[in-house]
Amino acid sequence: MSEQGIGASVRRTEDQRFLTGRATYTDDINRPGQKYAYILRSPLPHARIKSLDVSAAQAAPGVVAVFTGADMVADGVGGLPCGWLVHSEDGSPMVEPPHMPLVTDRVRHVGDQVAVVIADSYFAARDAAELIEPDYEELDSVASLGAALADGAPLVWDEAPGNRSFHWGLGDKAATEAAFSSAHHVARLELVNQRLVANAMEPRCYLAEYEPASQQYTLYTTSQNPHVIRLLMGAYVLAIPEHKLRVVAPDVGGGFGSKIYHYAEEAIVTWASRKLSLPVKWTAERTESFVSDAQGRDHVSHAELALDKDGQFLGLRVSTQANLGAYLSTFGSCVPTYLYGTLMAGVYRTPAIYVDVQGVFSNTVPVDAYRGAGRPEASYLLERLVDHAARDLGMDPVELRQRNLIPADAFPYQTPVALEYDNGNYQATLAAALEQADYAGFEARREAAKARGMLRGIGVSCYIEGCGIAPSQVAGALGARAGLFEVGTVRVNPTGSVTVLTGSHSHGQGHETTLAQLVVEALGVPLESVEVVHGDTAQIPFGMGTYGSRSLAVGGVALQHALNKVVDKSRKIAAHLLEAAADDVEFKDGNFVVAGTDRSLGFGDVALAAYVPHNYPHEELEPGLEETAFYDPKNFTFPAGCHICEVEIDPETGVTQVVDYTVVDDFGRVINPMIVEGQVHGGLAQGIGQALLERCVYDEEGQLITGSYVDYCMPRADDLPSFNVSTEKTLCTHNILGVKGCGEAGTIGSPPTVINAVINALSPLGVTDMAMPATPERVWQAIRAATRH
Amino acid sequence: MSVEINLKVNGEAVSATVEPRTLLVDFLRRHLQLTGTHVGCDTSQCGACVIHFNGASAKSCTLLAAQADGAEITTVEGLAADGNLHPMQEAFREHHGLQCGFCTPGMLMSALDLVQRDADPDEATVRHWLEGNICRCTGYQNIVTSIQAGARAMAKEGS
Amino acid sequence: MYEFNYQRPGDVASAVAARQGNADALFLAGGMTLLPTLKLRLAQPAELIDLAAIPDLVGAHQEGDVIKVGAMTCHDEVARSATVREAIPALSTLAGSIGDPQVRNRGTLGGSIANNDPAADYPAALVGLGATVETNQRQIAADDFFTGMFETALETGELITGVTFPIPARAGYAKFANPASRYAIVGVMVAETGGTVRVAVTGAGPVVFRQAEMEQALAADFSPEAVAGISVPADDLNEDLHASAEYRAHLITVMARRAVAAARG
Repeated sequence: MSEQGIGASVRRTEDQRFLTGRATYTDDINRPGQKYAYILRSPLPHARIKSLDVSAAQAAPGVVAVFTGADMVADGVGGLPCGWLVHSEDGSPMVEPPHMPLVTDRVRHVGDQVAVVIADSYFAARDAAELIEPDYEELDSVASLGAALADGAPLVWDEAPGNRSFHWGLGDKAATEAAFSSAHHVARLELVNQRLVANAMEPRCYLAEYEPASQQYTLYTTSQNPHVIRLLMGAYVLAIPEHKLRVVAPDVGGGFGSKIYHYAEEAIVTWASRKLSLPVKWTAERTESFVSDAQGRDHVSHAELALDKDGQFLGLRVSTQANLGAYLSTFGSCVPTYLYGTLMAGVYRTPAIYVDVQGVFSNTVPVDAYRGAGRPEASYLLERLVDHAARDLGMDPVELRQRNLIPADAFPYQTPVALEYDNGNYQATLAAALEQADYAGFEARREAAKARGMLRGIGVSCYIEGCGIAPSQVAGALGARAGLFEVGTVRVNPTGSVTVLTGSHSHGQGHETTLAQLVVEALGVPLESVEVVHGDTAQIPFGMGTYGSRSLAVGGVALQHALNKVVDKSRKIAAHLLEAAADDVEFKDGNFVVAGTDRSLGFGDVALAAYVPHNYPHEELEPGLEETAFYDPKNFTFPAGCHICEVEIDPETGVTQVVDYTVVDDFGRVINPMIVEGQVHGGLAQGIGQALLERCVYDEEGQLITGSYVDYCMPRADDLPSFNVSTEKTLCTHNILGVKGCGEAGTIGSPPTVINAVINALSPLGVTDMAMPATPERVWQAIRAATRH
Repeated sequence: MSVEINLKVNGEAVSATVEPRTLLVDFLRRHLQLTGTHVGCDTSQCGACVIHFNGASAKSCTLLAAQADGAEITTVEGLAADGNLHPMQEAFREHHGLQCGFCTPGMLMSALDLVQRDADPDEATVRHWLEGNICRCTGYQNIVTSIQAGARAMAKEGS
Repeated sequence: MYEFNYQRPGDVASAVAARQGNADALFLAGGMTLLPTLKLRLAQPAELIDLAAIPDLVGAHQEGDVIKVGAMTCHDEVARSATVREAIPALSTLAGSIGDPQVRNRGTLGGSIANNDPAADYPAALVGLGATVETNQRQIAADDFFTGMFETALETGELITGVTFPIPARAGYAKFANPASRYAIVGVMVAETGGTVRVAVTGAGPVVFRQAEMEQALAADFSPEAVAGISVPADDLNEDLHASAEYRAHLITVMARRAVAAARG
């Protein structure tokens, strides 16, 4: 292992600019003549717009223009597309209502976009927006799954009876029914996976500039995937061909899924910049983010696990209602289906599984992927259910898991819910975690806590996730409307420095360092000679972007393929220069060596020869040294691992403190352990946040109660412990790096682990259930209810 | 309806005429192009905008530019001297105390106020001190480590 | 924010004069509540009169058996004042628990009590310690000062100049903070001053209030056990996403007990 190559905890090259305040986030960019957009949003969850008079706003000081949905429709603007077509169990396609960037007749959630005011300053735009007074006719609304699915519920969309977009199913229903009919015991659980808000610290921001002379558009955007935005907005919404639309995602302050989607405001400012031939910027205020960033989770599920008398899992039956919000966001339909139902086997050899999911519209902000996206929901359901079953059977929850783990020699393993796991060793991660957490010594810690008046509990869960959704062909057959490959270009410059162009966008993950380490390893150049470029459609051939822990598993592997091409070509050039056969030339530590001789050539010399091809194999090779690879994976990758959490609860107040947290992950090959650990830490904080602190709450009418950080509880430093994080390793078998992905694992494994620990702490009192977030009051109420009996 | 303000920002005298309703953070970002100070919320919770106001950490989103008339302001841009990272910045780099970087300037400015009060803070002290700074990326562990290491490095340098 | 004018007078008389006859003017102290309110366009003052340049309003010092704190003294200064810590450590603790470090660096005693947020900490300190609010016109006993949710006995244009805290024999503060906002869901200040016990509760109701039953119990026996068995009725207590009225009622007892324990040291 070189000091800067694969496996080294290289300090991040991107940090210098972030630490000195010299990074460039979208809102840091300003263009000459720039105007400011303010979006007038609906204060009502559901209403018909009887009239919309914007004349007073138009006449206000500093106002350049006011536009409404009617203006956009008149201009031929289309709706925001959904990226995945889901079919119901009966074969019918999902109900897919239109999603106009500015509404035309009805508002369907608080925060829906009603009009845009564009003015010389933010203040002028905001002041003028107050002069618009839409005449609303309030309509009955549905803010929760229960309300939306009730008989006779008001309809969010007239074309979606019962407020259902789809009723999807996966698995063998008959085999599952049969498994249940032969079961010794059935464990049953009702679970709510509460709605969350992603809350990347940088609010969304868009700056669009149209140049009339060249008819070129440039959009600077807080996006995880600028090429996808170019594709969706260009092709579906604004009819701008790719070669006229440049999308730049500069430094982006976190995403966690919420910056994947094509948002209305992107289309609004881009369109307005052409209407006005002026640069137009919009920056969300945090209170706007709460009513306009796609939100996460929001499931209600009924789950049943059938077991035989020895605790072997026989079958799993899951019925889930998934709140989609008022519109289908870009991947809103795929998250609660293909990213959820397919993970229901977990790490267990459950032979028969059936899961059905109803996708439900409501008068709330659209729901889409949030870190983990479907997989945390699956993991929460399964790992809560396994603990519940263990309690029913009077078994240790670890032992029940051990009895049902897929054996390490059973790979590749075909699950009953479509996926084929290529590799793993779930026994190893579980055993290592038990050892590191001193599971065996827990009872003594519980007793010690008791002496201090505290209730201590321990929780375990085993998770698996599917990363890097693939292959494109299969995804396409299942309804994906995009490919799922990634692109990497290696541009070796004449003096041997290297520019990498990647379709994976970095917004905290450290790609500029990790991907450079691949180059160091492959080409033997120093890290300082490598520049990683991402986030600009004008520079990078193409890209599907960063989400689903795919950057290394798909983007990194694409880059590795390109690096291999560079090495192959370089070897041929070197062979020519060294007057040897290519097969006899070895590449090692940055030098091409003729095997068995002392004749060698540095990589830099080869690069120079490629660009100054005086002595060059012209008949065989083109000059230059730049290679691109498009990589479409053969399968998902399957990171997996084990989490163990210990909590202490103050029975007087119900306050739960996480006091110990151990994780053992299998991410396959790790490129930069420091960065990987950081990813796990961050994921854990979000998962623990879901378990104990965070919830997005609407009142019955559809008004958002948790509309700012005053009420939406973000995890702070003193809510969390230091984590004990380590890895075990089995290599992914179907990519050349053996990598699996690490971005979401912490978020996927932690919610059930924490809640299992809370229930374990309270179990001596007879408590058997706890909802997320396990707030002090909920815990106190549970203690009170249990001790009253 | 405008006020004239005279202040020092990162050691340099600045004079400007602003609308009274201009926030200090917007003045720094838009008028002075000091875009290292960020806005992450509008209710004074997140701390992405923390600067030093007469030597004490403050949220520049909850101050008017007019209130800074006569004040000395330090932003993240004022930390690194002659291109060398401040020991606290270096500690964040060394210990991976940042991911997306958006909260980082506020974290640094907040951390430096802590070190003024406690030259060698323990983990619990650091975690408690960061009540006013939200990070969504790191889970805080490496930030806490960075601040402790940064404090020790500063003590060593006698800064 | 809507448009407004701004001025920063240099003494109390000028500040009061600026406010007189200007019904739409507001005093600006630390601004920790006022500025977020303005940013969300929930208030529309025509003028802000910034009190930051009035030196008389800043500082904490002892005068005989009282501690006097200027209205513009920030929470951090109260929390770190050696004088305050020596005389009324519970007041240091309380000031050091407000908001976060940056709020404490800017937020002021006068601003906090003039705003009288039902979940603010300082009202519990004033009522619990039997303090007196000094204004440019008069003195107001804390018991009479906090009149309702976000309401005080202040007349329009009346300016708080400081607060006088009698030094108690012992006092303790315990707070159950809202995990999101860090305001008090329940905060209880218990103090024994000149043989009288006061128990003041903030966060739980629409305005700070005294808990008479606990005061009587503690007067007879100043111990945590004395209040442990007292259950507070949930009627009229606040109820929100973070805590029901009955949970708040329960927390009053728990926090009172912890405050007594803290007071006993």
